[in-house]
Amino acid sequence: MNKKWVGTNVPRKEGIEKVTGKSKYIDDLTFPDMIYGITVRSDVPRGTIRKIHFADNINWDEFTIVTIEDIPGENVVTLIESDQPFLADKEIRHQQEPILLLAHPDKSLLEEARRSIRIEVDELPAIFNIEESLNKKQIIYSDDNIIKEYLITKGNTDDVWDSAYKIVSEEYHTGAQEQLYIENNGMIAIANDEEVTVWGSMQCPYYIHKALMPLFDLPAEKIRIIQTATGGGFGGKEEYPSIIAGHAALLARKAQKPVKLMYDRAEDMVATTKRHPSHTRQKIAVDENGKLLAIDIDFVLDGGAYTTLSAVVLSRGAIHAAGPYACENIRIRARAVATNTPPQGAFRGFGAPQSIFAFERHLDLVAKQLNMCPVEFRKQNFLQQGSLNATGQKIEEEVRLDKVLDLALEKSQYFAKKKQFAVHNSQKNVKTYKGVGLASFYHGAGFTGSGEVYLASIVGARLTADGKVKVLAASTEIGQGTNTIFSQIAADALGIDYDMVEIETPDTSKVPNSGPTVASRTCMIVGKLVESAVCGIRDTLLKSNLLTSEYTSQQFITASKKYLEDFGELKIFVKYKPPAGIHWDEKNYRGSAYSAYAWAVYVAEVSVDKYTYEMQVDDFVAVQEVGEVVHPILAQGQIEGGVAQGIGYALYEDVVWRNGQMANNQMTNYIIPTSLDAPDIRVFFSEPFQPGGVRKGIGELPMDGTAPAVISAVENATGKHVCHVPLRPEDLMMLYRKET
Amino acid sequence: MRAYLPKYNLTTAKSLEHALQMMNDSKRPIAGGTDLMVLFDMGNLPPGDYVNIHRIPDLQGIEVNDDYVEIGALTTYSQLRQHEIIQQEFPCICEAAKVTGGVAIQNRGTIGGNIANASPAADTPPALLVYDADLKIVSATGEKIVAYENFHTGYKQMQLAKNELIQRIRLPRKNKHNLHYYRKVGTRKAQAISKLCMAGVANFTPEKIVQIKIALASVAPTVIRCKKTEAYFCEKQYAQIDICEAKRILQTEIAAIDDLRSTKEYRIQVACNLIQEFFDLITEENNE
Ligand SMILES: Cc1cc2nc3c(=O)[nH]c(=O)nc-3n(C[C@H](O)[C@H](O)[C@H](O)COP(=O)(O)OP(=O)(O)OC[C@H]3O[C@@H](n4cnc5c(N)ncnc54)[C@H](O)[C@@H]3O)c2cc1C
Repeated sequence: MNKKWVGTNVPRKEGIEKVTGKSKYIDDLTFPDMIYGITVRSDVPRGTIRKIHFADNINWDEFTIVTIEDIPGENVVTLIESDQPFLADKEIRHQQEPILLLAHPDKSLLEEARRSIRIEVDELPAIFNIEESLNKKQIIYSDDNIIKEYLITKGNTDDVWDSAYKIVSEEYHTGAQEQLYIENNGMIAIANDEEVTVWGSMQCPYYIHKALMPLFDLPAEKIRIIQTATGGGFGGKEEYPSIIAGHAALLARKAQKPVKLMYDRAEDMVATTKRHPSHTRQKIAVDENGKLLAIDIDFVLDGGAYTTLSAVVLSRGAIHAAGPYACENIRIRARAVATNTPPQGAFRGFGAPQSIFAFERHLDLVAKQLNMCPVEFRKQNFLQQGSLNATGQKIEEEVRLDKVLDLALEKSQYFAKKKQFAVHNSQKNVKTYKGVGLASFYHGAGFTGSGEVYLASIVGARLTADGKVKVLAASTEIGQGTNTIFSQIAADALGIDYDMVEIETPDTSKVPNSGPTVASRTCMIVGKLVESAVCGIRDTLLKSNLLTSEYTSQQFITASKKYLEDFGELKIFVKYKPPAGIHWDEKNYRGSAYSAYAWAVYVAEVSVDKYTYEMQVDDFVAVQEVGEVVHPILAQGQIEGGVAQGIGYALYEDVVWRNGQMANNQMTNYIIPTSLDAPDIRVFFSEPFQPGGVRKGIGELPMDGTAPAVISAVENATGKHVCHVPLRPEDLMMLYRKET
Repeated sequence: MRAYLPKYNLTTAKSLEHALQMMNDSKRPIAGGTDLMVLFDMGNLPPGDYVNIHRIPDLQGIEVNDDYVEIGALTTYSQLRQHEIIQQEFPCICEAAKVTGGVAIQNRGTIGGNIANASPAADTPPALLVYDADLKIVSATGEKIVAYENFHTGYKQMQLAKNELIQRIRLPRKNKHNLHYYRKVGTRKAQAISKLCMAGVANFTPEKIVQIKIALASVAPTVIRCKKTEAYFCEKQYAQIDICEAKRILQTEIAAIDDLRSTKEYRIQVACNLIQEFFDLITEENNE
C-alpha cells in the first residue's frame, strides 16, 4: 500500500472546531425544558442506612427526587461483577456512595437542597488501606477481602534461593492518582418508560449502553448513547460515566424532562475513580555476573469498595511486573483487595505503572548491591528475539531494546552526566544536588490475552451522499486523535484524500460496537478494522465495475455517487479476527498475553534543593519503539503529556485520604505539575523493529517509565534509597533524617 | 458553582466616601475577588451585601515621596512587579509578587486584599514585615495608621473594624540593606499556596552583622516577624555566630502545624534551613 497520509502531520480532524470554541462539550448543551440534577451521597465510609431526613427549609415539592423505588430494572452497574448499585439500598460501602438523586429547574438551588438532606446511618467499622484489608481487620468483601487473585509461574523459584550468589528483597508503595481530565464528567438524559437517550462525556458508549439496559429493563435498541466532544479521559471516563448516565436517565424518566447532571471539580475528584494504590514485595536472586536467576513478586492493589475493573487492572499489572527481562524462574502473585474507599478504576497504564515502578526501582537496588552499573545490569538481562517472557510467551519479533537503550544514552548523555554530577555533588557549598536515572520497560498493546476475541469488535464504513467515506466506530475522540488517525488510515487504504474521510459521531444508534476506547487498542486493533472496512467499500466499487484498480479521488467520488444512485446505500461491516499463532491460557495465565509489545527506555535528570528538598526534573529523554507512527506530532504530544503526568505521579500528586475519602479534592491542593515544573521533554521514536506497518500502543508508555526514571535520578542525586511515590519534599526530608 | 446567587447583593462604590458609607451598613468589601470568589464557588462565602471597591481611584496608584513609598490597596501584583522604585528598594516585594499565583491572578489580585484576607500563608506580607510597612486605614469617621507588625492579632484576626478599609500601605525609605532575601516554598513553581515562605533583610560589614530582619509565613496562625532570632544575629561578629543556636531560637518563635499542603516537621526543618541559606548568602557576599 502506498502511504501518503499515515506518517504525516495532517491537521487534526476536529482541530478548527476545538480552537475556535465551536465544539460543543456536554455543559455547552441545553435542551428545551431541561432541568438540573445533583447526587446526594453518603458521608460515612461504612454502615447501614436507617432513615433519610429532609429538612423543612426547602420546598421539596419543587424537586424531582429519585430513590431506589424509582428504578425500573436492576439496581446494579453491569460491568465485570454486578456488585455495585446505582443507588445504595441499605448498605453503604464508601463515603461517596450515591443514595438519592435530586433535580430542579434552577440549578443554583441544588446545593442547598443537597445540604438539607441528612442520611441517618448505623455506622460500621471500616478499613482504608491494603494492610488493613489483607489483615482482615474487617471483612467487607466475600470472605477474605480479596477481589481477585492471579498467580504467574515460570520455572521454579524455590530451587534457586539456596544456591544464589545474592538475594535482594525490598517493598515498594505507589499512591493513588487522579486522572484530572480538563472537562469534568457530565451527562444529559431524556427518558420515559419506553426509551432512554443519553449524551455526554465518555470513553466507551457501549459500556454505558450495556449498563443501562438492565437498569431500565429495556432492549438494546431502546437505549441510545451519544458521545459529545470530550475533554480528556485517561481512563477516568471508562467505567464511571455509566453511573452518571444512569443517574441522569433515572431523573429524566421521573421528571419527564431532559436532565443535565454535571459534576463540578470537587465532586469529580472526590467521587470518581483513581489509579489503584499498590504495595509490592520484591525478591530477586542473581549470580555474581548479574544474571537474573529468580524473581518473586507479591503485587497488591487497593481496589476500593466494589469490583469495577480491578480484576483487569490487576491482570495487566501482574503481566508487566517482571518487565522486559529474561529470567528462567519467575513467580508473580497478584491480588486486588477491597477497602471502604470509592472504587479505584482505569487510568492510563492500567496497573502496569505500579508494578513497573516497583520492579525498575528494585533492579537499581540489585545493581547497587552487586556494585554493577544499573545500565549494564539491565542490558545483559534484556529479552531477546526467541526468549520467553514471564507468561512464557516467545518473543517473535526481532527485539532491539539495546538499540533503544543506546539512543537514550546518547541523547541524554547519561554517562557523561553521571560523571559530571558526581563531581558537582561533591563540591563544597553546592545548593542543589544533581542526578540522572533510567528505566527500561515494555508495554503490551491492546486487550490482554483473549480479550479481543471476547470483544469481537465491529467497525463499519459507508458512503456519504457526496461520495465520500464515513467511518462507523464507537471508538471515541477524547483528545488523543482518534478521528485524525482513522482518517489517515482510511485515506491511505483507499488511496484518496484525507478530507474525503469522515468520522461518524459515536452514537450507539449509528455505529457498531468497536469496543472500548482504552489500552491503545484504538490505533492498533480498531485501526486495522477501519482499514478492512473501507477496503470492503472499495472492493464493492471495483466489483461493480464503477472503478478500475487505478483511480483518483475525483474518480472515487464519481463512482461512489453512481453506486448510491443505482443501489441506494453502501455500508460494510467487518469483525475482529484473532491473528494466527496467538494462544492464551486464561486459567493458568500462560501464553501470549499480547500480540505486540512497545519497547522503551527513559532517562530523567533532576536537581534537588539542599535547603528545601524540592525536586525539579531538568531534562527528560523518552525513546520508544512503537512500530509505525501514524501521526508524529500527535504521538509526540501523547508522550510529552504522559511524561508530565508521570512526573506528577512521581513527585507531586498526593491523594490525601481522610476516613477513606480524598481530602484535597481541589486543584489548589491536589498538586499536578504546571508548565514551569515540567522539563524540556525530548521524544524519540526508534526505527520499527519489524517492517510491514505494525502499530503498537503509545499511550501507556510515558506513564510506565517516567516515575521509576525520575526516582532513580533522585536517588542518584541524593544517595537516598527511595521505595515509594509520590516522593514529596517532606518524604525526602524524612529520608535525610533517617540516615543522619 | 455551589453558591446560591440570589442571596448575594453587590453594589459598586462610586468613590471612597460612597464605599465607606455603605460599609457602615455592614456591607463587606470585595476588591479583585480572587480570594472571595473561591469561597463563593464552593458555596462557602456568607450570603449578604457586598461593596465592589475595585474601581475606586483613592485606593489606587503608587506614590513616592522622600520618606515613603505609598502603595494603594488596589495595586495588583503585576503593578508591583513593574514599579522601578519598588524593584530597587524593596525587591522582596517584587519577588513575592512574581511568585504569587500565575499571571491572571497577578493581574487581578490586590495587595490590600492579600493583607485583609489575613491568610497566614500569604506571600507578600513577610516582605512587608521586613520593610517595616505600616497601613493607612480609613472609615467614614476618620483614619488611623497601624504598624503592619501589629496588624494581625490572631488567626484571621486583625486591627480592622467591619466598617474600615485599608487605603494605603506605606514603606519607609530610610532603611538601607546590603542584602534582600526572599524565598517561597510552594507546592510547585506557580499557582501554589506556600508551605512556608520567608523574607529577610540584612545590614552587615566585613566584621559583623549589624542587623537583620526575618519574617515568615505559614509557620504560625499569622505571618510573623522573628525578633528573637533577629536579636541573636544583631551586632555579632561572624565567628561568634552559632547558626544552630539561631535555629533553636527560631523554633521557639514559630508554631507550625500539619495541613493538606505540608507537615509540621517539614515546616520547622525548612524554616531552619532557610535561615541557614540566608546566613550562607550573607557570608558568601561578604567573602566576595
Ligand atoms: C489561583 C489562585 C492563586 C493564588 N495564589 C496566591 C499566592 O501564590 N500567594 C498569595 O498570597 N495569594 C494567592 N492567592 C490569593 C489571592 O489572590 C490574594 O490573596 C489576593 O491578593 C487577594 O486580593 P483580592 O483583591 O483579589 O481580594 P478579595 O478576594 O477581593 O478580598 C479578600 C479579602 O480582603 C478584603 N479586602 C479586600 N480589599 C480590602 C481593602 N482595601 N480593605 C479592607 N479589606 C479588603 C475582602 O473583604 C476579603 O475579605 C491566589 C488565589 C487564587 C484564586
